[in-house]
Amino acid sequence: MTTTTDRPVQQRPAPGSVRRTAAALEYWLVQYRTVWRGTVVSGVLTPVLFLTAMGVGLGALVDDAGRLGGEYLLFLAPGLMAATAMQTAEFESTYPVMGGIKWIRTYHAMLATPLGVADILLGHLLFVALRVLSVASIYLLVIALFGAAPSWLALAAVPAALLTGMAFAAPIFAFSAGNENDAGFAALERFVIVPLFLFSGTFFPVSQLPDAIEWVAYVTPLWHGVELCRGLVLGTAELGVSVAHVGYLTVCTVVGVAAAYETFRRRLEKTG
Amino acid sequence: MPLASVPDVAPPEPLASLIHARGLTKRFGEFTAVDGIDVDVPRGEAFGFLGPNGAGKSSTMRMIGCVSPPSAGTLRILGMDPAADGPAIRARLGVVPQQDTLDLELTVRENLLIYGRYFGLSRALVRERADELLDFVQLTDRAKDKVEPLSGGMKRRLTIARSLINDPEILLLDEPTTGLDPQARHTLWDRLFRLKQRGVTLVLTTHYMDEAEQLCDRLVVMDKGRFVAEGSPRELIARYSTREVLELRFRADEDISVYGEKLAGLVERIEVLPDRLLLYTDNGDRTTEEVHARGVRPAGTLVRRSTLEDVFLRLTGRTLVD
Repeated sequence: MTTTTDRPVQQRPAPGSVRRTAAALEYWLVQYRTVWRGTVVSGVLTPVLFLTAMGVGLGALVDDAGRLGGEYLLFLAPGLMAATAMQTAEFESTYPVMGGIKWIRTYHAMLATPLGVADILLGHLLFVALRVLSVASIYLLVIALFGAAPSWLALAAVPAALLTGMAFAAPIFAFSAGNENDAGFAALERFVIVPLFLFSGTFFPVSQLPDAIEWVAYVTPLWHGVELCRGLVLGTAELGVSVAHVGYLTVCTVVGVAAAYETFRRRLEKTG
Repeated sequence: MPLASVPDVAPPEPLASLIHARGLTKRFGEFTAVDGIDVDVPRGEAFGFLGPNGAGKSSTMRMIGCVSPPSAGTLRILGMDPAADGPAIRARLGVVPQQDTLDLELTVRENLLIYGRYFGLSRALVRERADELLDFVQLTDRAKDKVEPLSGGMKRRLTIARSLINDPEILLLDEPTTGLDPQARHTLWDRLFRLKQRGVTLVLTTHYMDEAEQLCDRLVVMDKGRFVAEGSPRELIARYSTREVLELRFRADEDISVYGEKLAGLVERIEVLPDRLLLYTDNGDRTTEEVHARGVRPAGTLVRRSTLEDVFLRLTGRTLVD
């Protein structure tokens, strides 16, 4: 038989941090190969169904009332794009993270190799970023096909949606790694994600909300994402306001990454 | 600037000692899992940590594997400090964890390929090594199958193949055969024995005395975070036990301690277990006759060689496996 130890593989230096992070990302891509078809189908169907039912169908009624001061489809589509980025990020940052820690224990497998906690975290976040990026790109394409992207600035809505997604993914990574089991994920969905989806200016302007709640909406990352995407897709974005939105979402992302690193480090060191 | 600063680094360790620990300690809050142990493992040795569950074996392994930082003490692996050179050390280790971390949704071969990428190995090299290793652990015909339906023994063999993808200098095995049936265990031991013959340094934990006897050149008996004895299996048995053991079994309704008193002084040491008496003797057959001469009629007798189980019982007053 062939021997396995006579080749000096071990003399190689350990890979640097960029290659380590890339290797962690590669795992999630390999894993994604087994499910990618389903995600592409839902990536296309979701915007088509939502824009048809709510944008075109419900939109006709809203437009007849004439109180929005514009076409409802145009108002709705970019908001849904940002909200879908949030939902994709949430989905990819809950169960898979728990799986990496507890069920499939991928993170533990990686930790036995040159990969460290930072590599593992960043590699996985990069994969979530790619997922959000692809979902947002498909969304924009469908919006354009519905004739709801009047400005070339709309192309910038893709990175804006990506940033919106990461502003959720990073803190949710921290949340997921801090949970002992998946019971918290249903609560996250019910008490955070769904309310944000409904009340962050996606379906109607937050100025319609009672004043106290309106201010809550301004604090949520999704409102900033929705406003940013809407301004870009419609071509009405103002520079100063957009920069403020980007700044807010960036802060959420950076704080989330720091929190996730700390929770990952503690959790992965504790359990074998 | 202090003029006469004394460097607080230890002199470089001789590279003969792949693992070097002094006063190695791991605490979790108030609980001390590993309590100041000293270890040296030279290249090529098969070294074992033997002890019951909760003795601190896995915590020790996780520190050696550079995933869990020591709470106190010195630790050098391959001459390097895990705190500073974790990735460089782990690049030269192979790890077989207690609980499998295989990806059940991927195929057998995919599990090896992606794991090799974590070590920065090229795809071409990883493919070549994956095929060699599948052959080594006799899983070539399952290469394209998903991991999920494999038997426990096959999964364990795959984990071992995976741990060898980077051609490690030290292989860390945490309870490598726990939960496997006897045949699967022997297959695994055979593979590990071959690795040892090729010069791979093996470090393993086990609570199976037969596993320790089969694989280890030297071992430490661990209890409550400390070492209670150290030596080769043969040395430990010679030092802490007798050549033979006479086991006397009695009917369940009998009070065994009465027989213990009746036989007192017959041999150097008698252990009273819930279901049997162990008489430590150099001549089991002669002691059997003497037992009968004292009018004790056990339901069954067995003369056997001393094992590490007896060593452990002597040192801790408890059995290894409950």
